[in-house]
Amino acid sequence: MTALPIAAPAKRRAPAKVLPGFNLTLGFTIFYLSLIVLIPLSALFFKTFTLSWEQFWAAVTGPRVMAAYRLTFGASLIAALVNVVFGLLVAWVLVRYNFFGKKIVDALVDLPFALPTAVAGISLTALLAGNGWVGQYLEPLGIVLAFNPNGVVIALIFIGLPFVVRTVQPVLEDAEKELEEAATCLGATRWQTFTKVIFPSIAPALLTGFAMAFARAIGEYGSVIFIAGNMPMVSEITPLIIIGKLEQYDYAGATAVALVMLVFSFVLLLVINALQAWQRRHTGAPA
Amino acid sequence: MSANTSARRAQAGTTEPTWVRYSLIGIALVFMFLFLVLPLAAVFTEALRKGFGAYVEALNEPDAWSAIRLTLITAAIAVPLNLVFGVAAAWAIAKYEFKGKAFLTTLVDLPFSVSPVVAGLIYVLMFGAQGWFGPWLQAHDIKIVFAVPGIVLATVFVTFPFIARELIPLMQAQGNDEEQAAIVLGATGWQTFWYVTLPNIKWGLIYGVILCNARAMGEFGAVSVVSGHIRGQTNTMPLHVEILYNEYQSVAAFAVASLLALLALVTLVIKSVIEWRHEQDMKAAADIPPERPLASTPGAIV
Repeated sequence: MTALPIAAPAKRRAPAKVLPGFNLTLGFTIFYLSLIVLIPLSALFFKTFTLSWEQFWAAVTGPRVMAAYRLTFGASLIAALVNVVFGLLVAWVLVRYNFFGKKIVDALVDLPFALPTAVAGISLTALLAGNGWVGQYLEPLGIVLAFNPNGVVIALIFIGLPFVVRTVQPVLEDAEKELEEAATCLGATRWQTFTKVIFPSIAPALLTGFAMAFARAIGEYGSVIFIAGNMPMVSEITPLIIIGKLEQYDYAGATAVALVMLVFSFVLLLVINALQAWQRRHTGAPA
Repeated sequence: MSANTSARRAQAGTTEPTWVRYSLIGIALVFMFLFLVLPLAAVFTEALRKGFGAYVEALNEPDAWSAIRLTLITAAIAVPLNLVFGVAAAWAIAKYEFKGKAFLTTLVDLPFSVSPVVAGLIYVLMFGAQGWFGPWLQAHDIKIVFAVPGIVLATVFVTFPFIARELIPLMQAQGNDEEQAAIVLGATGWQTFWYVTLPNIKWGLIYGVILCNARAMGEFGAVSVVSGHIRGQTNTMPLHVEILYNEYQSVAAFAVASLLALLALVTLVIKSVIEWRHEQDMKAAADIPPERPLASTPGAIV
């Protein structure tokens, strides 16, 4: 999902369809999209229709499922908020300051995108378990970060960090220094300049990054299941509920919960698209 | 010199006191160390916990080999398929105006926002024993779910948008002028693509391919649902890691995981090199006064 605001020279493209291949490429795009994405996703709706409304409602609002929603949404929200704070900090430091090893740190930000989730999961577990590198020092202090909801939050922070950094970074890079200079000349303190001048200009990007990290966290499975402990009612995430129902051959029940998740992620996708459009207008405004 | 000092004075108004700067850098680095460096280091340390011999032994095992083979096969099918799709979709979306373009772009993005578990589930609903095509497939003795084709399909789904998402903004920013010139001068559509468009988008293309490949090799959730976890047959590397880990074979699990972590590191290095090369290209192009805004960096992210 790109966050790059691009002023497309749309109007200039007057003599349309001079280039060949429109029918071929659009046809193939729609064919492949239908085959891989749309038809399989529609199976989810049709399968759900085999349930009566009461059955559907019972499947998606059972106490164990409700507990899973609470955990998934709660942990995703906390993780996305943490990522907003630290993602902004990392992006700020990478754009505004120079320090030794900056290039490496910059490259490392994308690690959660590149590292398979299962690897992240077992590695975070190895660190935070009672006998792990970090866990052995925290557990005597009464801080338990593995095999409970805390672990879920940690894994989701790991997964979501690059979304915030990579959406805020280009906006910070393009920010006009003249505005900050003007603010300083007019007597603003540096903090006032940040809250009144810089922050408003990066707020749309920050919100987009938050929504992306949140959306990714809702559906995340691989990194979470190792560290969560997966206790029903306590540390069982929604995707795991789907897996559990599938393993009991409760296909309709699994599908019903999956449909709830799908509808939610589709709504989030629309929200993210709207945010990006807002961001484009926002950054494009002065030009 | 005077320009230099005045520049420095101007900068003083737009930066923070030294102690603030160093504190912010410090906090950011500590955060990055705790959340990114430490987990990465833990993978290799745990893999080598019992020495290099045990590490090699853990990898040199038929099930591990078959997992590696299956992962490579899956990526070798999924990435080219999505590459062809990505180029076709970007050509259609970036080069033309048509009704429903924004909606189509949203649909291309859709697999990113679907939970991997749901992605796996939809193929079980299509091709599983109780699925739409289940009875027909059984009658013809074709296995898709709990077999390799299902794994490939689920991987294609989760890596679906990667290359298209890189290419669409890049090709939109470049516009159609060069291609139109080529067509007017008598080039065929294929020649135009090969000699005009492709050189312009090559960095974005490679960038998309390596990200797509990293995800294809590392996908866990979607593949886990459709795989059936048959050792030596339908286990990809991430699934093999899970099985070993759940069997408390920690060294073996982390040994396989370390290969995937290496893949991630290689991906990051290639990605940085591409970004650097692209910057060089941009700088070289900036020396010549550009007639139109240049393409954006391939900094788009998944």
